[in-house]
Amino acid sequence: MGLAKRIIPCLDVAEGRVVKGVQFEGLRDAGDPVEAARRYNQAGADELTFLDISASHEGRETMQHVVEAVAAEVFIPLTVGGGIRTLADVRRLLHAGADKVSINTAAVHHPERIKEMSDAVGSQCIVVAIDARRVSGEDEPPRWEIFTHGGRNPTGLDAIKWAKYMADLGAGELLVTSMDRDGMQQGFDLELTRTISDAVPIPVIASGGVGNLDHLVDGITQGHADAVLAASIFHFGTYSIHEAKTVMAKAGIEVRD
Amino acid sequence: MQIAVVDYGMGNLRSVVKAIEHVAPDGAHVVLTDAPEVILESEKVVFPGQGAAAQCMSALRERNLPEALREAARTRPFLGICMGMQVLLDRSEENDGVDLMGWFPGQVKRFRPTGEHLKVPQMGWNQLHQTQDHPLLDGIRQDARFYFVHSYYCDLDNPAQQVATADYGLTYAAALADKYVFAIQAHPEKSADDGLRLLANFTRWSGPWS
Repeated sequence: MGLAKRIIPCLDVAEGRVVKGVQFEGLRDAGDPVEAARRYNQAGADELTFLDISASHEGRETMQHVVEAVAAEVFIPLTVGGGIRTLADVRRLLHAGADKVSINTAAVHHPERIKEMSDAVGSQCIVVAIDARRVSGEDEPPRWEIFTHGGRNPTGLDAIKWAKYMADLGAGELLVTSMDRDGMQQGFDLELTRTISDAVPIPVIASGGVGNLDHLVDGITQGHADAVLAASIFHFGTYSIHEAKTVMAKAGIEVRD
Repeated sequence: MQIAVVDYGMGNLRSVVKAIEHVAPDGAHVVLTDAPEVILESEKVVFPGQGAAAQCMSALRERNLPEALREAARTRPFLGICMGMQVLLDRSEENDGVDLMGWFPGQVKRFRPTGEHLKVPQMGWNQLHQTQDHPLLDGIRQDARFYFVHSYYCDLDNPAQQVATADYGLTYAAALADKYVFAIQAHPEKSADDGLRLLANFTRWSGPWS
């Protein structure tokens, strides 16, 4: 026995409110991030990720207060992503009570900032989010490219090389999302997850495409992920965290019960 | 009762303070401080830490903390967390070798990835295997999971000082104790109910343990 594989629900937050709502029995306010976090903690989530999708500057300021409120009441690890560009942003969120921050676009535009950030606050606080699309043809060996802006903008960067580079610069963890699979509910891009996870020395979180609990199992056993992130299957009450862990345990995966 | 949380600029301590406030008895007062005199006027001391060993040691020395911490740890309950456990040993391999506080004989070593592709840092929920009874572990079941984040581990010379182990490629000391000192590699402030239980136990413990 040893380290458990983690299940991480991801909540989208805009202007300080949970978007799309989280459906728990008896939940008073589906948009309240603190209540959602508390319920996920009680349900056995191993960690929480808040993705700030605020459109406005004020919305981003609000995120700091959301983190403060959650961290004062919910004592499991908390990651915050979305619009984090500078070391000052990182410090502000960690100071508010986040344990890790997830950096996406800023890493693509200013990779040197990953080194700056991890040197300043420690690798363990810096997650690099990698959004990738498969760009190889059917008969070619698989190849993935980094995309920004929700999968719209290609960058020309090879995803595997990029992942290694980010680890070299001091990322402590990678959040790998297949933009081909995101929202499709057909499972992770397992080949992408596995290729990256096997290529880097740091933990990898699989994301994008979970539609059922077997997909979580596959992410670990075939994708070699250290953690799995999902949103809608948990928020809409399709499955509970407990059911997910039961299925994973049956498949021989070590989980925290 | 005053509980000092030692803030020497190494990492975010808000969660530690909030978690202790959450479980401490009524009337307890938690202060974040880097002042030796405030530490020495507190009934209990919490010593967290994050980051690199060399930086931690120089931050402690700059603030004249090692002596005050040593004195506090001899005379009142003292809880080390994460790097706050590692720096209590003799020496670390980190940063090409760093001398630590030297309260507990032993070395801090880096996890070496093995054939099974062990990820470093270890990040997540591992089992705390209790090898001795200790009042801070009261009510926490054997092999309960705690949240760990670290790339280096404690290799203690004296097995009598080890109270819990964890397995990650090898079996290592996950908690140590002697008299008024208890230190743990995991983050109790991030370890949900079991972590809060450990902190609650600490706020109610008057020591010493032998």
